[in-house]
Amino acid sequence: MIKLKINGQEQSWDGDPSLSLLWFLRDEAGLTGTKYGCGEALCGACTVIVDKEAVRACITSVNDVAGREVITIEGLHPNGDHPVQKAWRQLNVPQCGFCQAGQIMQAAALLMDNPKPSHDQIRQGMSGNICRCGCYQRIENAVHLASTGV
Amino acid sequence: MNFIDNPGKLRGFEKNIRVEKVSRRSILKGLGVSGAFVLAAPVMSRQAFAYETGAGKMPHGVVVDPRVFVAVASDGTVTIIAHRAEMGTGVRTSLPLIVAEEMEADWSRVKVEQAHGDEVKYGNQDTDGSRSTRHYLIPMRQIGASARIMLEQAAAKRWGVPATEVKAVNHEVVHSASGRKLGFGELAADAAKESVPSIEGLKLKDPKDFRYLTKGQVSIVDLHDITTGKARYGADVRLSGMKYAVIARPPVTGGKLVSFDPDAALKVPGVEKVLQARGWPWPSKFQPLGGVAVIARNTGAAIKGRDALKLVWDDGANGKYDSVAYRKELEEAARKPGLVVRQEGDADAALKGADKVVVGEYYLPHLAHVSMEPPVAVADVKGDKAEIWAPVQSPGGTREDVAKTLGIPEDNVTVNVTLLGGGFGRKSKCDFALEAALLSRELGAPVKVQWTRDDDLHHDFLHTVSVERIEAGLDKDGKVIAWRHRSVAPSIASTFAAGANHAAPFELGMGLVDMPFEIANISCENPEAAAHTRIGWFRSVSNIPRAFAVQSMVGEIAHATGRDQKETLLALIGTPRIVKPAVKDLWNYGEPFDSYPIDTARLRKVVELVAEKGEWGRQVPKGHGLGIAVHRSFVSYIATIVEVAIDDKGKLAVPRVDTAIDCGSYVNPERIASQIEGAAIMGLSLAKYGEVTFKDGRVEQKNFDDFQVIRMDESPVVTNVYIVPPAPGTPPSGVGEPGVPPFAPALMNAIFAATGKRIRSLPLGKQLET
Repeated sequence: MIKLKINGQEQSWDGDPSLSLLWFLRDEAGLTGTKYGCGEALCGACTVIVDKEAVRACITSVNDVAGREVITIEGLHPNGDHPVQKAWRQLNVPQCGFCQAGQIMQAAALLMDNPKPSHDQIRQGMSGNICRCGCYQRIENAVHLASTGV
Repeated sequence: MNFIDNPGKLRGFEKNIRVEKVSRRSILKGLGVSGAFVLAAPVMSRQAFAYETGAGKMPHGVVVDPRVFVAVASDGTVTIIAHRAEMGTGVRTSLPLIVAEEMEADWSRVKVEQAHGDEVKYGNQDTDGSRSTRHYLIPMRQIGASARIMLEQAAAKRWGVPATEVKAVNHEVVHSASGRKLGFGELAADAAKESVPSIEGLKLKDPKDFRYLTKGQVSIVDLHDITTGKARYGADVRLSGMKYAVIARPPVTGGKLVSFDPDAALKVPGVEKVLQARGWPWPSKFQPLGGVAVIARNTGAAIKGRDALKLVWDDGANGKYDSVAYRKELEEAARKPGLVVRQEGDADAALKGADKVVVGEYYLPHLAHVSMEPPVAVADVKGDKAEIWAPVQSPGGTREDVAKTLGIPEDNVTVNVTLLGGGFGRKSKCDFALEAALLSRELGAPVKVQWTRDDDLHHDFLHTVSVERIEAGLDKDGKVIAWRHRSVAPSIASTFAAGANHAAPFELGMGLVDMPFEIANISCENPEAAAHTRIGWFRSVSNIPRAFAVQSMVGEIAHATGRDQKETLLALIGTPRIVKPAVKDLWNYGEPFDSYPIDTARLRKVVELVAEKGEWGRQVPKGHGLGIAVHRSFVSYIATIVEVAIDDKGKLAVPRVDTAIDCGSYVNPERIASQIEGAAIMGLSLAKYGEVTFKDGRVEQKNFDDFQVIRMDESPVVTNVYIVPPAPGTPPSGVGEPGVPPFAPALMNAIFAATGKRIRSLPLGKQLET
């Protein structure tokens, strides 16, 4: 039995310990905000925060996060008003929106690590997250806005 | 051949605009709102407006009926139906916003409800071809105006005053003479008893009174849900007792399963069953490929189970498909005469007599859609009833195909349309929903079929692969006097019928035969090409290779004549005029030519606008270069300037992009900008990296490491968008797709300006590296 904490709530899993955190979150815990996009840590759609660090849930097993604290998009802020979320809405970032949970979690982790990133640092720091619709200009500006106060 | 128009639309050309009688029960059921206003009399006839569109010729046409699209609850909540699919263009917001504008509803009190697939009720729902605003701007205004008048009539009766004395203003009806007011909610029940006004007599708002349209101040309705993880895509649907499935499909198009051994898969924890999945021979439109399905308690287990399957395939006739060899075939075909599809003057003679002939042969490989949400669908089939939840661009077509595939009546199929995590044309093909329906019936349980990213790349309906060869004959003054364009590429028609080796009319009309240059001698040819994989629509379709070739050739002519790119382009476009190519039954994106002519004044205008705003001719640093291109597609006019920066190792950066778009009358300039910003990135992706290759019949790429797309660190630093203000009454035209085609040629013209290297073969890849 593996125990882990997701968005502040204790969860347990007695199935295959090598199951990826992504499919545990989505199919077993019902937290579908975290998305599948590639399964190989290439696109960032499944980004969650584990102990203050952005990780790709698709290549992280449930066992890897045993006893650790996982934050998903559903738990980033109780009302969805994290500065990154607010900045995203202010600049109308999303098109289809499918990659945005991963983008937002990556941006939130980036700002924890570096509260005032330069534009170059934002472009580098967000490059693991693919947006096929091509919202990058707005994502970059939204991360900047979140870092300077929404 | 039956591909007169768009082969995906072989669903009832004969049907024109129609209105169906809708019972009170079905409206209430459809809207899920109590106190909805509902009327007795059936209404509707033709669109009454200054211009005709092709909307009425789409399957099931247009339904203009407020009773179908609008409900007002007694608490004042106005519910408006979104009947098109949301894949990122903003249509789920824009079309209901049009209704709200015209009915004077307060947008903050409007609830948008997604229609399920039912084209008899809602009219055509195929969300493709950049058609939604183009076909629905006026119908949605008419729906809103009808609802407004019904509310006004109800208020006038209540007060015993003439209807001409009352006016709906921001969610209430006002009688200014007496100062009385009634909210929409208070009028809902009475308005339901009013008759629907005739469309012919409707007076639509003066655009100067618009509160929402053209303002760009309204955010998409799903914005909060998207940023909080609550938005529901196809992948996010969960039903009680639902099983999770992935499918191993034949790796070669047209191949089939010989045998399989499920033992190792069944030992994977969480795997419950392994089943053979039914497949259809190729080509068979959107029918599933078949293979072996692994059923599990979660997706992760299903994927592991599939990895453990032992499978033997018969590759069939396409087992030797090889991209290197196929390219040679296309090039050879492009160097010989082919089927002439447009002829004006005598291009052969003029080329022979030319002072100089500039030849460009351009290659563009297969492209994959790779929407961030791979194909996925949930189905629950019980007896002769089926319910589907899926991210489909074609809710009506999906309903039809599910019914046919299961052999049940269409009325027994419910298609719930979720948000689409990207579409780009892939999700116009509902094979994944059919797979889920077949599996659910076999399992007797709800099931989700999830495609993995490698499934998506290996079994896409790919963008075609093409060679475009242009020969331009110049006289001694450098004027182009002859133009021969041979376009050779497997056709989308091949996905519908074996042996369809020539382009369908709709493909010819995308940048080949509609070429707008003022040249005396023109020959457009279409040599044969056989398909060896499933070919489908990809955002902007055949316009990608044609614009690339034509607009690169403009750059080549500019270089050959020592003239400026922009001046060369304007000289080729020629005088402001309506171009009428000598082509029988010219395909014009399904639109009547009178409403949507090929207007070179508008084409020139976007070139001039982007040149002015984008500071064409500005001094750029060493290693930088500017390129320009223009293209009309989806009846819109778009010009792009790209600035590149290339370092001494040949590494490419894009500091700036400027794009001007003339899409006629429009709804939401903010979403137009987002589409064009995104189109620049998709254009850069396909120009720099986009390539799907085949070896031994199999796609060689499997994920984002070998099918790369642009990431933030290499995306354009800034993309500026300029929208041409429409002349009053200009018909609306496409936005979702037309931003893509001019990007790649503008980029390559810029690379040429920076380096002197002419890139004729996409993708760019490492061609600049030193």
